[in-house]
Amino acid sequence: MEDTSSQLLRLENVCKSYHNNVVLENVSFSVSRGETVTLIGPNGAGKSTLMKISLGILDVSSGKVHRAKKISIGYMPQKVMIDDVLPLSVRDFLYLRPNTTYDDVAEALETVRLSHISHQPVQSASGGEMQRILLARALLGKPDLLVLDEPVQGIDIMGQQEIYGLIAKVRDETGCGVLMISHDLHLVMASTNQVLCLNRHICCSGTPEFVKDDPEYHAMMGRPMEGVAIYTHHHSEGHDHKHHGHDLVEDDHHHD
Amino acid sequence: MIDEFIINALVAGTMVAAIAGPLGCFMVWRKMAYFGDTVAHSALMGVALGIAFDSENPIIMIATCSGVALMLLFLQRDKRFSSDTLLGILAHSALSIGMIVISMMEHFRTDMMYYLVGDILAISRGDIYTIGAVVALSAISLYFIWRPLLSLTVNEDLAQIEGIRVDLVKMAYMLLIAFIVAVALKVIGVLLITALMIIPAAAARTISNTPLQMIVYASCGGIFSVVAGIFASSQWDVPTGPAIVLSATVLFLCGRFLVRVKV
Repeated sequence: MEDTSSQLLRLENVCKSYHNNVVLENVSFSVSRGETVTLIGPNGAGKSTLMKISLGILDVSSGKVHRAKKISIGYMPQKVMIDDVLPLSVRDFLYLRPNTTYDDVAEALETVRLSHISHQPVQSASGGEMQRILLARALLGKPDLLVLDEPVQGIDIMGQQEIYGLIAKVRDETGCGVLMISHDLHLVMASTNQVLCLNRHICCSGTPEFVKDDPEYHAMMGRPMEGVAIYTHHHSEGHDHKHHGHDLVEDDHHHD
Repeated sequence: MIDEFIINALVAGTMVAAIAGPLGCFMVWRKMAYFGDTVAHSALMGVALGIAFDSENPIIMIATCSGVALMLLFLQRDKRFSSDTLLGILAHSALSIGMIVISMMEHFRTDMMYYLVGDILAISRGDIYTIGAVVALSAISLYFIWRPLLSLTVNEDLAQIEGIRVDLVKMAYMLLIAFIVAVALKVIGVLLITALMIIPAAAARTISNTPLQMIVYASCGGIFSVVAGIFASSQWDVPTGPAIVLSATVLFLCGRFLVRVKV
């Protein structure tokens, strides 16, 4: 079968229920090095639950989760609220990661272009800055696998493109795998290899070019696609789009 | 010439305040002031059990306070009840057990006021050794867990993924509070021990830019309050515990209104 040596994470028939309420049903997928897998689905589809299961914060009700041994995971939570009563600079927030030096912190801040707010209170960061700070925290452990829960929540379009650009750049430079949740297929299309449409179970999966035309996707998201601009190029840095729509082969696509 | 009991009071109070500062900062950051109160209420049950067994052994107090802290951790596993509710249940149950046990002892005549606000004049050499040992042990433990504890205070999920044993660190912190409350009871009393933890910490916030600064200032503020409170108490013959708390409140008000607001 397929090569599993570069696989960082593999879920097999994962089910999860809370108090007899089924949240996830028979979910299987894998993330390999250098690959971006994006989870898309409506509210309450179980995206965050699936992410926490992938990270090992939550246990499964049944099924299996394989994580490659000794990999470092960088996690970017949806939102981090830090109370004003805690005097914490951006730098010190990042320094909380175990086995980190201030040099590592400075480097991570440089990557997300936030060196100028290093000494400011972390509570004073704007929404977009906070997302980049969280990305920097995820990058600190030199992760093999980046797990991002709605990395662009509450950010304007320009900021969204910048963050997705940064994530793709990090992936291409370090060869890490990326698993992320996104609410907007079109923004992540150019940098995603595989899309999983989740609504308790995986409704459809495949490359973004195919998923966007899939009736299951439209049924799930509940809105027609007409009149929505489709992005194919949005990286001003001009990075290499290895996996652009046209290069993709049809048998990447399958229904469950 | 200062009397020996005042020196004993100063030594015991200073030691308690020094460790109450950092523990209080975490209490303020984690919004756990009610947890401190609950442990203090259960300390009263410890007092009652001590009287019942006719023993002054501090182990009884420490065991009672730790038991309540562990009980809370156990009850928290059921997510249907918030910590707030569970703390209310534990605090008042422990208090009721304590009062019933005390009421059953006919020969018991001591004024309960002593346990509520502390009796710093009754601190003996033995108490100082006990407090010193517990404070030293707590300071060493806190030194080792302080960074992971700070990390999980900011965000538990991140801390866990980054390899911190969240449950263990949390339990260690709660036990530290239980230990300190148990030995601080004589110094400042059930009603006021939480105040010695959170007021200096809140006062320190106004002049701090880093967590470490806040911890150090909170300790210093606590020590100042204890010293000022004891002198005020011996000068004007007012109860020591409330005098200590009000000294801390003055510090907080100074910080709040005299220091330019920092975000």
